[in-house]
Amino acid sequence: MFGLNTKDTKSLFIVAFLVVVAPFILNPFPAASAMAQFNAGYPDLMQKFVIFGIFAIGFNILFGLTGYLSFGHAAFLGIGSYSCVWMFKLLGYNVIPGIVLSVIISGIFALAIGFVSLRRSGIYFSILTLAFAQMSFALAYSVLSNPKFNLTNGETGLQVYANDPQWFHRDSLPDLPHLFGLSMRATHKLEIGAWEFQLNAGYYLCALMMLVCFYLAIRIFRSPFGLMLRAVKSNQQRMNYTGLNTRPYTLAAFVISGMYAGLAGGLLSAVDPLAGAERMQWTASGEVVLMTILGGAGTLIGPVLGAGFIKYFENIFSKINDHVLHSWFAFLPDGLEDFVVFLIHPFIGKGWHLTLGILFMLVVIFLPGGLVEGGQRLGKWLHRRKAKDTPSAKTEPAE
Amino acid sequence: MDAFLLQILNGLDKGSAYALIALGLTLIFGTLGVVNFAHGALFMIGAFCAVTLQRLLNLSFETIDPSQKDFLGNPLKVKTPYIESWFGPDLGGAIIDWSVPLAILFAIPIMIAIGFVMERGLIKHFYKRPHADQILVTFGLAIVLQEVVKYFYGANPIQTPAPDALNGIANLGAIIGMDIVYPVWRIVYFCFSVLIIAAIFAFLQFTTFGMVVRAGMADRETVGLLGINIDRRFTIMFGIAAAVAGLAGVMYTPINPPNYHMGMDFLVLSFVVVVVGGMGSLPGAVLAGFLLGVLESFASTTWATTTLPGINQIIIYVVAIVVLLTRPRGLMGLKGVMED
Repeated sequence: MFGLNTKDTKSLFIVAFLVVVAPFILNPFPAASAMAQFNAGYPDLMQKFVIFGIFAIGFNILFGLTGYLSFGHAAFLGIGSYSCVWMFKLLGYNVIPGIVLSVIISGIFALAIGFVSLRRSGIYFSILTLAFAQMSFALAYSVLSNPKFNLTNGETGLQVYANDPQWFHRDSLPDLPHLFGLSMRATHKLEIGAWEFQLNAGYYLCALMMLVCFYLAIRIFRSPFGLMLRAVKSNQQRMNYTGLNTRPYTLAAFVISGMYAGLAGGLLSAVDPLAGAERMQWTASGEVVLMTILGGAGTLIGPVLGAGFIKYFENIFSKINDHVLHSWFAFLPDGLEDFVVFLIHPFIGKGWHLTLGILFMLVVIFLPGGLVEGGQRLGKWLHRRKAKDTPSAKTEPAE
Repeated sequence: MDAFLLQILNGLDKGSAYALIALGLTLIFGTLGVVNFAHGALFMIGAFCAVTLQRLLNLSFETIDPSQKDFLGNPLKVKTPYIESWFGPDLGGAIIDWSVPLAILFAIPIMIAIGFVMERGLIKHFYKRPHADQILVTFGLAIVLQEVVKYFYGANPIQTPAPDALNGIANLGAIIGMDIVYPVWRIVYFCFSVLIIAAIFAFLQFTTFGMVVRAGMADRETVGLLGINIDRRFTIMFGIAAAVAGLAGVMYTPINPPNYHMGMDFLVLSFVVVVVGGMGSLPGAVLAGFLLGVLESFASTTWATTTLPGINQIIIYVVAIVVLLTRPRGLMGLKGVMED
């Protein structure tokens, strides 16, 4: 269906189903229970899941297919955010122009940056993109926020003020980002027994975008263009020797992934109309690299998994504190309980980045294919065990 | 003219830090062929060696002095560092005062040990893997090291003053009849880094060990076939590179109070320095470090920032981009090193 083979259609439908029912399956604990803090089914977090999913899918089109490791993708995220907020400031709070402009502007920037950086490959490419991203960050943070020409509003972050023109804004429309009158913050609370589920308009808009992005990514992966990108990854020199100029292909991949990042940035502004320069810092670029690798670079579903995984655990780990730990390990003898809590303490709460760093190193060292490869290995292992349990019908030849 | 010289001086001390870190990066890259994203973290750990030594030296015990009263009228509690009670107030006080230079001795063994552990424990397993994997695993390591330091020392910058004798300012221009007033410690930092750089070059150029290492950089396999354990020597070079980064950090603490992410801040710029200098070229790294430092300092002058606002923030990146596009191998890059 939609020009996909059966397997891809199935995975697209699985993702679509999961995204639609996410508000329910991410809220497994009743609202009043002590475990409710581990629920992830609230709009803020779910929006982050899908938005960073888009970002990682886009990054994967570049890194997973061509092997070019960009350390500057956060620049496009930031550019997207700023463009979207500017549309809010000029035209009004409808999200459509903002999102469209953020994709276009980040595409233009990606074209310019990609044109320059793709002249080199390998480590040079990483450093060039890193340099560009740091430059954009420095520009956005200080230079472009001088009183004469205030494009980014510096440290405060770009936001909509009461005296902004907002030409198409009417009083009947909500005073927040909206889609033709439907506010992005509109949330329908569904109470079923002890459970409370939140169905949020902003989330479903982002989710729809992510599904479109995911579908496009599948098409790119399966197209001759995607095949060409894979060929670049496996042996660029051989491609050059066959008389093929690879640069237009890699540039196209770079621009596409830049546009994905811009879309993610635009959506970030659409659900929360504030754009700050810290989104462009190179640690933010590092984060999307982490997501993609953790999930599994070069696979379709990996980046989405990685984004969800990192954002979920970032949120959950930051919430666990010593008090919670003590209640978990209360069954242990007192001295031992304190000791266990003491051991775990550095890794939770503010120590989430430590956990993330260790996890990331472990994945790169032992599981270069990320979570997806881990799942496949687990599946194979289970399969083999099952095969061993039920002896095969094949008769062994006698010695 | 005075202002001109002052800007050069300003650039030289920042450039020294760039040059030292870039030198270490290039050493690791040239010998082991590994792109080390954790090098900034080593710089940061060096700085925290100085902090640690200062804290150790200031460990003190309390005595109650009944002859003096504090502002509440209670007997005054006097804190005496152990060092002062062991060596007497004069020598002990001097030792505490000179804690940052003393930290050099403290940091060298620690940094070499950290370098050995890193190389043998982690990086050894990544020689055969693609460069992207090396970048990623060292990037992860940098995050871990940074967070560990944050856990023990907190997120705020920690003041570590230079010795009183070197804390003032000196009029350098007096010799040549001009008026150039400059902080003494920054001059010390510059001289120190020149000394270290000279020592590294002399070590590589004039010792048998250095000769073997240079041979190994040129052709690792042949040196191995000649019956030399080149891996062990490269591990030692990694330790030395770590020590160089660490010493750069130790001496930098009085200039800029160390915090846990200082390494990352310097790392990005040091990579740019290495690329501008030419991947794998030691003189290139040093030259580019000083050049970019001076350039940055000239871009920060009032004249430059009023003509082109923000030029000081982006000048290094702009230069890097221009250099990479016009001279792809960098200023002094060698043919055949990381060509792809």
